[in-house]
Amino acid sequence: MSVNILFAIIVTSLATYSSRFFGVLTSEKIDENSKIYRWFNCLAYSTLAALISRVLIFPNGMLEETSYFMRLIVIFFSILIFYITKKNLVYPTIFSAIILSILKNYIG
Amino acid sequence: MINSRIFLKGLLSVKRFDSPAIALGASFVAIGALLKNLGFTIQESIFSTFLTYALPGSLVMAESMLIGASLLNIFLAVWLVNARLYPMTVSLMPLVMHKNQPRWKYYLSCHFVAVSSWLIMKSNYENVEKENRIDFWIGIGTSTWLIGIFSTILGYFSADYLNKDIMIGLAIVNPVYFMCAMIGVMKTKNISIAIILGAIFGPSFYYLSPEWCILLGGVLAGTIAFLIGENNVS
Repeated sequence: MSVNILFAIIVTSLATYSSRFFGVLTSEKIDENSKIYRWFNCLAYSTLAALISRVLIFPNGMLEETSYFMRLIVIFFSILIFYITKKNLVYPTIFSAIILSILKNYIG
Repeated sequence: MINSRIFLKGLLSVKRFDSPAIALGASFVAIGALLKNLGFTIQESIFSTFLTYALPGSLVMAESMLIGASLLNIFLAVWLVNARLYPMTVSLMPLVMHKNQPRWKYYLSCHFVAVSSWLIMKSNYENVEKENRIDFWIGIGTSTWLIGIFSTILGYFSADYLNKDIMIGLAIVNPVYFMCAMIGVMKTKNISIAIILGAIFGPSFYYLSPEWCILLGGVLAGTIAFLIGENNVS
C-alpha cells in the first residue's frame, strides 16, 4: 500500500469512528425514556434527512454530472412508485437507477 | 459471550426482499469502482470499507484526495459529513444497552452504525428482549458490513465494465432508497417533522456553508421537531 493512501484511509476511519465512539460514551448516561433521548432521536432522523436531501440536490461525485431536472424527474417518479407499490422499497430503487442511466444516455 | 441464535437472527434480517442490502450493495459497488479509478489497490479498497464503513465519508475522502487535500483537511471534511453518526449512535445504543452485557460489545459494534443497519435495527428492536438486543445488533451490523466489503471487491473488479451512465445509475440508488425509507418511517408527528424539516434545512443551509449544512440544518430541524413533539405531549 502506498503511504499516502494508507494514511488517508486511517484518517478517514478515525474521523468516522470518533462520532460513533462518542455516541456510545454519551449513551451510557442516557435513559431511553428521557427527554434528551427523544431529542437525540429527532436529531438522528433530521440529520439523516438533511444528508439525503443534500446528496440529491447538491450531489458530489458522479451525480454532479446529471442536471437538477433529471434528478427531480427521478425523485418524483420514485416517490410515486413507492406509494403505488404500497411502500415497497425495491421497485423505486431499481427504477431510479434504470431511468437515470437512460436519461443520461439520451438527454446527456 | 454472544447468543448465537440471536446473532444469527440479526445476521439474516438483511435477506428480506426489500432489505437495504440492495441499496447498500449498489453503492459500495460504485465506491469499489471509484477507488480503483483513483488508483487504489484492491487491498487498499477493502481496507477502506473495512475500517470506515460509511459511504459519504469514503466519497469525501476520494474527492479530497483528487484535489490533493492535506490529511488534516481530509479528517475535518470526513468528520463533518459523518458527524450525523453521533446522534444516530445515541438514538440507538440506549435501546441495546443492558447491565448483563459487557461494555466492549457497545464500543466494538458502534463501528456498524450506518444508515442501512440503523434503519433495520430501529424497525426490529422491539421484537427482541432488551438483554439480547446487542447480539441482534451485532448480527445486523456484521451482515451489512460484509455486504459493503464484498460489494467494494465486486465494484473494484467490475470497474472496467461499468460505463459512466451505469455508474451514475448506481450512484442514485442509495439516496433514492433512503429517501423512500425515510418517508416510510414517518409514522409519528415529531419524526415526520424532523425528516421534513431536515430535508428542507439541509440543502438550504448549503448556501451558508456547504461543509456545515448537514449538521446545522439537521440540529435546527431536529430541535424544532423535538420542541413541537414535547409541547404536544405536555
